[in-house]
Amino acid sequence: MSEFPAELRYAPSHEWARVEDEGVVAVGISDHAQDALGDVVYVELPEVGQDVEAGEEAAVVESVKAASDIYAPVSGTIVAVNTLLEDAPETVNQDPYGDGWFFRIQSRDDAELDALLDAQTYAEHCESESP
Amino acid sequence: MGNRTPLFDAHRAAGAKIVDFGGWDMPLHYGSQLEEHHAVRRDAGVFDVSHMTVIDVSGPAAVSFLRHCLANDVARLDEKGRALYAVLLNASAGIVDDLIVYRRNGDFRLVVNAGTREAVLANINSHAAAFDVSVVHRGELAMLAVQGPGAVERVVGICGLTGIDALAPFSMLERDDWMIARTGYTGEDGVELILPDDAIAGVWSDLLAAGVAPAGLAARDTLRLEAGLNLYGQDMDAKTHPLEANLGWTIAWRPETRDFVGREALTAIREAGSRWKLTGVVLEGRGIMRHGYRVITEAGEGTVTSGIFSPTLGYSVALARVPRAAAGACEVEIRGKHWSARLVRPPFVRHGVRVHK
Repeated sequence: MSEFPAELRYAPSHEWARVEDEGVVAVGISDHAQDALGDVVYVELPEVGQDVEAGEEAAVVESVKAASDIYAPVSGTIVAVNTLLEDAPETVNQDPYGDGWFFRIQSRDDAELDALLDAQTYAEHCESESP
Repeated sequence: MGNRTPLFDAHRAAGAKIVDFGGWDMPLHYGSQLEEHHAVRRDAGVFDVSHMTVIDVSGPAAVSFLRHCLANDVARLDEKGRALYAVLLNASAGIVDDLIVYRRNGDFRLVVNAGTREAVLANINSHAAAFDVSVVHRGELAMLAVQGPGAVERVVGICGLTGIDALAPFSMLERDDWMIARTGYTGEDGVELILPDDAIAGVWSDLLAAGVAPAGLAARDTLRLEAGLNLYGQDMDAKTHPLEANLGWTIAWRPETRDFVGREALTAIREAGSRWKLTGVVLEGRGIMRHGYRVITEAGEGTVTSGIFSPTLGYSVALARVPRAAAGACEVEIRGKHWSARLVRPPFVRHGVRVHK
């Protein structure tokens, strides 16, 4: 079964967001998402310094099966990207909430975080999407 | 619920993710399609291919009937136990299906795709009326593909059948109601077993107990594409002809007196020159080519028909339909960006190692 850590917020498009110091938000994809994608073989990351809007495409994850866009869950500036994924994209499968993070955003608007789903609501959302 | 093979419960027990495949509930993978792919390249994997269609053709006119239906010539099968890859064409030379035909004792067995069953049966039955033949769909038979460098050894160990390891590629032997053929769809050594429905579960569990990895449709797709083998419905269909599907080698033009279905149309296409060809593409960057992506060459634009991340090579390879004169460097458009790529002759991988230039 997929894990849904309670300390994270989630977008319906399956990204997670973790609030770190000083309004920095780490972003990755959920355990449910990595499981649905299957073996991840390539990750296209944004540029550090790039501005993103909430809901905008910020990265691409390619599994053997398909390519999927990763959307920024909040608006702000990209302050870090996980270059580990360039050489070890399978980390997304192995540790989706830890070493498999994609990028960090300096968030502009705290209210956008509140609009994301909590773990339980997101888990129900995943359940409702299952065939 | 779709059609199910006799192994459906065994797939579930092995942890399969089940998907609909042409009306069949089939295993996509059993956890990791990459591991299944590598198992086949390095040792041995087993695929349940019981959804495929087995058709037996018998009767006094079986040879002349198949020489009429198929673009390849069954007269090339000079003794029983030999097999031939062939395409079945419609009158305008469109590909109805690709298949393997096996010569048995006086009759023939065709193994065709699952998704084309109705079209193939309708096609060959429409020609059968003029011949003294019997065409029988053998729905009660199941089929396993055991593939990889360690496959034959495992099958011999389980079945105790002598002669399997001495089988030449594209040949088969029969014992009672089993057929064991040295054929496959992976570019590796291996066998395909056609056996009664009620015998398959025991063979499956014996193979797994012997360390053969269960492998699903996802690994089957990456293996066949690395091997440069077409997938019907994706790389070719009833709107494409063999000369634009990299299948010119399967057309037996001689003897010129053999009037096979589609010959007249295909001859006209050959004389005018095919506009397209199907060839391989290798991507030099780190993106992945997918079905439908644009290919830009100096001779004009084409389209990716099948594209994958190649687990063996570590980069993306594809089949693409491009203008016939296209060669060498090209570009592939991936999400709006153009990436450098090269047109190459398939296959990409054979017996576990890179073979493309």
